Amino acid sequence: MHRLPPFRYEAATSAASAVQLLAAHGPDALVVSGGTDLYANIKQRLFTPKVVVGLRPARDMHYLRFDQSRGLEIGALTTLARLAAEPVVCERYPALAEAAASISTPQLRTMGTIGGNVCLDTRCNYYNQNLDWRQALGYCMKKDGDICRVAPGSPKCVAVNSSDTAPVLQAYGARIRLLGRSGEREIDIADFFMDDGMRAWAKQADEIVTAIHLPVPAPNTVSAYRKLRLRNSFDFPIVGIAAVMQTDGGGRCTGARVVLNAVASKPLESPGAARALVGTKLEPDALDAAADAAYATGKPLDNTSGSIPYRKRMLRVFARRTLEACAAPR
Amino acid sequence: MREQELPSVSTATNPDGDARPLTSAVEASSVLRRAPQYPPDKPEGFSVVGKAGPKLDSFTRVTGQDRFADDIFLPNMLFGKMLRSTQAHARILRIDTSKALALPGVVAIVTGADIPVRYGILPSSPDEMVMALDTVRYVGDPIACVVADDELTAEEALALVQVEYEPLPAVMSIDEALRTDLPQLHPNPRRTNNIHKEVHLEFGDVEAGFASADRIFEDEYFFEGTTHAPIEQHAVMAQYGADQKLTLWAATQTPHYLHRIAAAVLGMPASQIRVIAPPVGGGFGGKTEPFAHELAAAFLARKTGRPVKITLTRQEVFYAHRGRHPVRFKLKTGVKADGTITAIHLQSWLDGGAYGSYGVATTYYTGALTTVTYKVPAYKFDGCRVFTNKPPCGPKRGHGTTQPRFALENQLDKIADALGLDAAEYRKRIAVDPNSTTVNGLRVTSCGLRECIDAATERTRYKEKRGKLARGRGIGLAASSYLCGAGLPIYWNAMPQSGAIVKVDRGGGVTVLSGTSECGQGSTSMLAAIIAETLGVDPSDVSVCYGDTDLTPVDLGSYSSRVTFMAGNAARDAASKARHLIAQSAAERFGVGPDRVGFAGRRVFDLGNRERSMTFIEAAQLAEARWGTIACVGSYTPPKLAAEYKGSGVGPSPAYSYSAAVAEVAVDLETGEITVEKITLAHDVGRCINATNVEGQIEGGVYMGLGEALMEEWPFRAGEHKIPNLLDYKTPTSLDTPPIEAIIVETDDKEGPFGAKEAGQGPLNPVIPAIANAVADAIRARIHSTPITPEKVLKAMDAASGTTLRLKKVTTPSKPSPVPV
Ligand SMILES: Cc1cc2nc3c(=O)[nH]c(=O)nc-3n(C[C@H](O)[C@H](O)[C@H](O)COP(=O)(O)OP(=O)(O)OC[C@H]3O[C@@H](n4cnc5c(N)ncnc54)[C@H](O)[C@@H]3O)c2cc1C
Ligand code: SF4
Repeated sequence: MHRLPPFRYEAATSAASAVQLLAAHGPDALVVSGGTDLYANIKQRLFTPKVVVGLRPARDMHYLRFDQSRGLEIGALTTLARLAAEPVVCERYPALAEAAASISTPQLRTMGTIGGNVCLDTRCNYYNQNLDWRQALGYCMKKDGDICRVAPGSPKCVAVNSSDTAPVLQAYGARIRLLGRSGEREIDIADFFMDDGMRAWAKQADEIVTAIHLPVPAPNTVSAYRKLRLRNSFDFPIVGIAAVMQTDGGGRCTGARVVLNAVASKPLESPGAARALVGTKLEPDALDAAADAAYATGKPLDNTSGSIPYRKRMLRVFARRTLEACAAPR
Repeated sequence: MREQELPSVSTATNPDGDARPLTSAVEASSVLRRAPQYPPDKPEGFSVVGKAGPKLDSFTRVTGQDRFADDIFLPNMLFGKMLRSTQAHARILRIDTSKALALPGVVAIVTGADIPVRYGILPSSPDEMVMALDTVRYVGDPIACVVADDELTAEEALALVQVEYEPLPAVMSIDEALRTDLPQLHPNPRRTNNIHKEVHLEFGDVEAGFASADRIFEDEYFFEGTTHAPIEQHAVMAQYGADQKLTLWAATQTPHYLHRIAAAVLGMPASQIRVIAPPVGGGFGGKTEPFAHELAAAFLARKTGRPVKITLTRQEVFYAHRGRHPVRFKLKTGVKADGTITAIHLQSWLDGGAYGSYGVATTYYTGALTTVTYKVPAYKFDGCRVFTNKPPCGPKRGHGTTQPRFALENQLDKIADALGLDAAEYRKRIAVDPNSTTVNGLRVTSCGLRECIDAATERTRYKEKRGKLARGRGIGLAASSYLCGAGLPIYWNAMPQSGAIVKVDRGGGVTVLSGTSECGQGSTSMLAAIIAETLGVDPSDVSVCYGDTDLTPVDLGSYSSRVTFMAGNAARDAASKARHLIAQSAAERFGVGPDRVGFAGRRVFDLGNRERSMTFIEAAQLAEARWGTIACVGSYTPPKLAAEYKGSGVGPSPAYSYSAAVAEVAVDLETGEITVEKITLAHDVGRCINATNVEGQIEGGVYMGLGEALMEEWPFRAGEHKIPNLLDYKTPTSLDTPPIEAIIVETDDKEGPFGAKEAGQGPLNPVIPAIANAVADAIRARIHSTPITPEKVLKAMDAASGTTLRLKKVTTPSKPSPVPV
């Protein structure tokens, strides 16, 4: 990587002041939370901001609270380390704690935030490279070039969503709160993620994520997250599966959401997998059918570590294992 | 170790293994000791050698007090950056540096035309230049060097240098390099392809050997290229003083070679150049030759009169490379029904990358040590190294012997299984004997191979487990050997390979000057221990001054596992001379003969009557009064070892270390993921000088082997290194690293210092095939290429059960055409 180039750092003292600073500096400004993604990208010259607006001093986004009626509210600046350790998260939203705990390394989880995680830039091994490396190859559509190296015929960039919390949040039916010049809004997180590697969020340039809101889980909700990576630490997911299910008292599945990770520019929901589960007692056959559906949904491309056939094959294995973890009596 | 902790002389004979607390990754350590084969060197026994304890420099390392090359800042210094090729293979038509030079803050720019001198670490392949003159041969090949007041300006200037290329077809594989219709990287009218070096050797009656075999096994293997990935990126600081002397502080394992080549490339007398090797943050073979950035910094410091620093980025470290060659093998072994080997024919094809580096030696090494582990009565070796448009390959820990060891040990298990032999007993039965000579003329002296196999297999209950564990669990064994320094220097000369000066201060301190480089391997502690043992002082009394061509006598450098054996012997030679002087004057005082004088615990005494003694300080002062300043020189020249054939210079060593590793693995049969649960490694180190250090080297070797076995890859896409960073280039994390048990085996080598051999490289070699054999045991199928990825595991299982896809077979080229003369 290159050295960090000079830029002006402006500390935001509140969410509102961050929005003001962003508006004042226009397209020259970017926000930073933990910086674990942004600074690496700046060092590779993927971004060259003149101004970086620091969100960490904004105390009004550092919180995590649970309430029996409201559910869980997570301020955008909550660190991944806290999310993974918070008892209420571990008890009520175990898949979220699992996902947070599986991200990168302890050092990075201490700095990295949930806000930064859901806004994690989409990744591609033609893109996450130094400037001179990309120059030697002739660049690509996402930065400085005009074609997609992974899928040359594709009209859009297919860089992958690699955020581990994103699929889990979607499976829990989370909502995301945004603050911009035109005010605050809260949308379904599934609508926040878009399947376009270059425009992966339904977010205006002057908007920031201020919080994430998870509903109170229905009784008998079970959830799990499993990810494939080549090493036991450090590595981004190359396949991920999040599942959240509800059962009635008799163990029959009444609702399910299965979301695939790292196989598209957004978390990819598999409605077929959900259909295969709902109404069953989560017998092995049902789990197999759901895993087959998840397998059919995901189409890995050649832009992460691991080969396409292997990642494809692992979709079924990981789907099955995630579902088994949900179905296991506890 | 403080003085009062030094054992008293009466109890100091052969101190027994340590009882250190268990640490996380290291379970325990035991030292197997064998009665010395000759009387100990010190009549009073050892008081320092054999002790466990932290490296002397570990505290300054871990507290950040060591100053690495990149930590050096000088007044008025400049920062350099190299412009590197964006083309895998191209002719340079034009370079325009004018815009870059005009950028404020830029002080100078040089290109290949400014330093048109060819050099190479081996005198036989001088094919490198500091910067490309007319042709670039890989993405990352240096083209120009900018120096500016700060790094960012230098970087900005690089973008302003305009280079016009005429692209040439790129040669990206061994197969392509053997073709005759692609351009040559280095014009060679004697050939029509890109072969760099061919070796054909035959020993014994190979034909008869195969004819007398009951079974012949033939397999093909591929060992993937890997890189060293030291934590410290290469760095250099160059200063050209008003006295017209050039000083280089370089992150190098070989200050002497940098000194020699800098003199040649810069056209300066060596007497005007001083090379200093500050503490090095890991080398593993990746810092054993002069690099373009070092020579460019030197040139620019002289040109501008200002100090110049260049520190490579991690990506540039991947480009500088000199890593492990990818090698394809064809291995044919003939055996009797009882497994006795009758003949081996080994063929290797090495992907050398763009330049020669140490590649000629590497080529020989892929064949040379085949015979040093097991008895081979007839042996044929054909080696072939090719040039490709990739970063140059070179030596990495295990230099050229790691790759064939993967093939040999893999096939040996296969032979044992086919013949129904116990794989451990079989290896022991065919193991070479101590004090023997191999068919290719290599002299084996001390050899603890059988002891290593016993130690590692007994500790793990290998025999009870192999072939009997549930599917998905496996245990694997492999053995190996390694050099204790190459017997011959890389440039022909009759001078010592190592020199040392030992100076005794009248205050009781001892200073040693040694030309070695400290890369974290522990050479400093080793030298201090050897000198402390010889003079009866504490290692903390010894100050080690290393790697400074003005101050320290030549040592060829910290590579080839030569430092303990060679620099250790040189230091011991010098210290023994000082001891002799001190003993003589003390003997006069005691009124006894000098051979009755003992040294231990910072005291000098009459061995016949220990009451009669004085402090080391008193003895040193007595000696200085008697003889004048006590400063003694020592050196080490290996005995003549090479046999009489062309190519016999690669392989001989004054001694060989031996290792055996047992790997225990669990394989997830659905995902193919491999969990290495434990590695147990027994290593014949000759004599252990410092158990902590030897264990550290074993653990490091295991760790490095683990990465090569399971995950490291060297892929290229569109002519470019696909993953030149430490996120995508996978090396194991601490969570991937299993518990490691190191077992130290001692055989007391006759020629090593206090009987010591080496531990720097040898312990890596058996790890990779041990893991491969364990995986084969777990999945009942063999994988013939590294790394053993989950995907290959699944494919191998599929192929074995005949279900779906077949594992892509490893193939080797048909034999390269003979050289047209
Ligand atoms: C070696 C390494 C391994 C990693 N492995 C993983 C992994 O396995 N899984 C994983 O999910 N991530 C991984 N990461 C990525 C990263 O560490 C995490 O995603 C982290 O959560 C990012 O949070 P941050 O606060 O550091 O983000 P930042 O770097 O501060 O920001 C990331 C992006 O989000 C934007 N942003 C930040 N906060 C907000 C906000 N409140 N509103 C709007 N935009 C915002 C920034 O402008 C930037 O574009 C890894 C990173 C590294 C360096
Ligand atoms: S997916 Fe295509 S456009 Fe997107 S970053 Fe990768 S190569 Fe570039």
